Amino acid sequence: MMTRMSPGSALATFTPRTIAFQCAMLVTVAAACSKTKTPNETGHAPAAPSQTPIAGRSNGGAIAQQTEDGQWTLPAKNYASTRFSGLSEITTDNVKNLHLAWTFETGILRGQEAAPLVVNNTMYIVTPYPNYLYALDLTKPGAPMKWVYKPRTLAAAQGVACCDVVNRGASYADGKIVYNTLDNQTVAVDAVSGKELWKTKVGEINVGESLTMAPLIVKNKVIIGNSGGEFGIRGWLTALDLGSGKIAWRAYHTGPDSAVLIGPRFKPFYTDDRKPDLGIKTWPGDTWKIGGAGAWGWISYDPQLNLIYYGTANPGPWNPDQRPGDNKWSSTIFARDPDNGDAVWAYQMSPHDLHDYDGVNENILLDLPIGGQTRKVLIHPDRNGYVYMIDRTSGEVIGADPFMYVNTSTGVDPKTGKLKMAPDKYPHIGEVVRNACPAAPGAKDWQPSSFSPATGLVYIPHQNLCQDVESVEANYIAGTPFVGMNVKMSPGPGGNRGFFDAWDPVARKLVWRINENFPVWSGALSTAGNVVFYGTMEGWFKAVDARSGQELWKFKTGSGIIGQPVSYRGPDGRQYVAILSGVGGWAGGIVAGGIDPRDSSAALGFVNAMTDLPSVTNKGGTLYVFALP
Amino acid sequence: MSSRFRSLRATQVAGAALLALLISGLVSAYRPAGQHELRVCADPNNLPFSNEKQQGFENRIAELLARDLDAKLSYVWWAQHRGFVRNTINQNQCDVLIGVPSSFERTRPTIPYYRSTYVFVTRRDRHLKIASFDDPQLRRLRVGVQLIGDDGTNTPPAHALAKRGIITNVKGYSVYSDYRQPNPPARIIDAVANGDIDVAVVWGPLAGYFARREPVPLDVAGVSPQIDLPFLPFVFDISMGVRRGNDALRDSLNSIIQRRRAEIDQILADYGVPRVDMAVSGSSTL
Repeated sequence: MMTRMSPGSALATFTPRTIAFQCAMLVTVAAACSKTKTPNETGHAPAAPSQTPIAGRSNGGAIAQQTEDGQWTLPAKNYASTRFSGLSEITTDNVKNLHLAWTFETGILRGQEAAPLVVNNTMYIVTPYPNYLYALDLTKPGAPMKWVYKPRTLAAAQGVACCDVVNRGASYADGKIVYNTLDNQTVAVDAVSGKELWKTKVGEINVGESLTMAPLIVKNKVIIGNSGGEFGIRGWLTALDLGSGKIAWRAYHTGPDSAVLIGPRFKPFYTDDRKPDLGIKTWPGDTWKIGGAGAWGWISYDPQLNLIYYGTANPGPWNPDQRPGDNKWSSTIFARDPDNGDAVWAYQMSPHDLHDYDGVNENILLDLPIGGQTRKVLIHPDRNGYVYMIDRTSGEVIGADPFMYVNTSTGVDPKTGKLKMAPDKYPHIGEVVRNACPAAPGAKDWQPSSFSPATGLVYIPHQNLCQDVESVEANYIAGTPFVGMNVKMSPGPGGNRGFFDAWDPVARKLVWRINENFPVWSGALSTAGNVVFYGTMEGWFKAVDARSGQELWKFKTGSGIIGQPVSYRGPDGRQYVAILSGVGGWAGGIVAGGIDPRDSSAALGFVNAMTDLPSVTNKGGTLYVFALP
Repeated sequence: MSSRFRSLRATQVAGAALLALLISGLVSAYRPAGQHELRVCADPNNLPFSNEKQQGFENRIAELLARDLDAKLSYVWWAQHRGFVRNTINQNQCDVLIGVPSSFERTRPTIPYYRSTYVFVTRRDRHLKIASFDDPQLRRLRVGVQLIGDDGTNTPPAHALAKRGIITNVKGYSVYSDYRQPNPPARIIDAVANGDIDVAVVWGPLAGYFARREPVPLDVAGVSPQIDLPFLPFVFDISMGVRRGNDALRDSLNSIIQRRRAEIDQILADYGVPRVDMAVSGSSTL
């Protein structure tokens, strides 16, 4: 399964001296990498892995560094979103001895996508709908339940959720656990007592909105975004006051500049983006009012620049002929001031999206040596198949490199920043488009990557799927019949459906790759012990060597894993690793949603690629916690 | 030995089947009403099809089915949005959906019981007389269509207009609309009546029903062509849908549709459903 792409083991141990040596090397190496590549062939795959050991590795700079307190208080561990634990008790040498410490059954058998939080020796778990919040006491043997908070989430919200009824977790600050419920409530719960402190209704299920993302708390603001493009919503990002739950500001992603919070501070890098009211003018008529572009993914924060970064979802309606124009600000990364929501820059990865390429994936904030200088960048592996490196002060695209076989576009124009679309993959109603890569879930969906300052590598869990859009079949919504595109996804080149990659963000190259049978729909965790963790949809929880990708340990959990692993220091001073097991989500809907495998176009065509999943895993909802003996 | 055993089994099975048939015949002949249930999944807020007060034509047809089957009628209410089929009939919460397109693959459909068409809806006092997507008036009028979201599908008129480059003068209405309001998909008909748009292109049953209830007279005219090339139909056969594998119920329903066609036609006519499968006065403007 494992494809060794590079003799990465040259960096045997992490020492300040090796890092200094690498950075000195970078001055020359990085100069050659500082231009945006413009592949001109239709269909291109990641560049062949470098045989030069460790060329261009970086520790990610100050923002990726942290003092390790042994807790996990934010969804991505830190504001830079590295999902890196500084704990190093578990190493490449001893991880083979890892054993199960304890388990916890959530009782909710739907897709478990959340990262557990660990604060003050208590673990907090958010379940899928009905969105219970459990607090577990880590100071006692077996971590017994302290309390459970049960919001009265409306059952009707299940009918609104696009892809299973998942929840991606909570954030902690100021004694409060804050998270979202599927029916558009943001709740703050007292971390000690489990009492509800405030609850704010921020959206409306009756117009198709729902909440599935994990909020980010920045200073005194809770920042959240909506889901529901499938139902013709208008996307937004909203800040609530952490103390009161009152809405402080809301930035829409379509509509006039005043609603998008675009004002005098807005300085996008590319000139085309500087015209007024693009949130109206890049749409015909008033389709922007139902243009989608929610924000159901991840938010990062740079305290020094005082900017948050996040991506917006794809535009609606389908078909794209109905909305000529760039459809701003869908599939876009925004940089905003968290205090008032002011947009500072924006960059649209997929203008006039044709293929369901949401732009909501994580943005990892790193300071990297590029072209002889340290640049403040964000790394964003997008659904459209490119790993973007963007200057996070200006919005300039420094690099956009394919990390899967891509034939729906031929690269990013370095002058305009525009994605160059491949005309032969343009879907028209009634016409056949074969083998469009990546498929609708993209080269990578929501499942978050991790960056290790110890190796300088980004660990990217993702999928390898292409799709045929081949015919029409009748469907029925609210008493209205229509014919839809019959989308069928299938494995991309190589025949396996998932990848787990180590990506060098400075050299902009794949370093090693693990082929997985199913899409890798779980998040990644890297640790200072140079062990990287992820889960598979069969239910394996795996530990691999951060430098080589060599598999070091694995444990078979009860159900497929689509959760996010975390690591923490227990009250006993030992390092623990935790993961929720419970298959579902868009990829696993065939199991969690009980979809008939004969419906090849169900779950928007994903079922066709996953018909064998029910034969290898069942529904689940269990937390597994591991430690050394 | 084994072949003898097999033939013995076959006889036993045939005998058992015959007995079962006899019993079921007796039961259906003598069973008191309400002994078994006909469970229908339906939208609680979507006239003219159905609502919780059971005022829709699908409610009327469900009552007819229950009477014929001598069954007690019960409902599971669920908005007919994305996931409706998956969460209701395919979770065995009910036995039948009263309306599905006849080629809908996620249920086992009965024979069609009506065929309707997308229609142009205009105010009669405007005298627009639009009957074709190729009418040049559509390039300058405010045209309303229903849209579904970003899922890779949309309503046929949305595609037909986009294909002809009729885009900037088109106003989109979510087919879901605001579910807090009564019969959310009907907002587009209100918009024709109150002059927000000049013409709406919507599914016939919705138009036929609400056109009669607006304060001003509206014209309802079937669209042309009935199929836009390469393959975009505006005319759909509608069936009832049962769970796959439930062929027994499907067969019973087929029989009822055939035997009680006149009654079903009358219900559809009462609700102004425009028909293209028969020369019936469902809507005089067609």
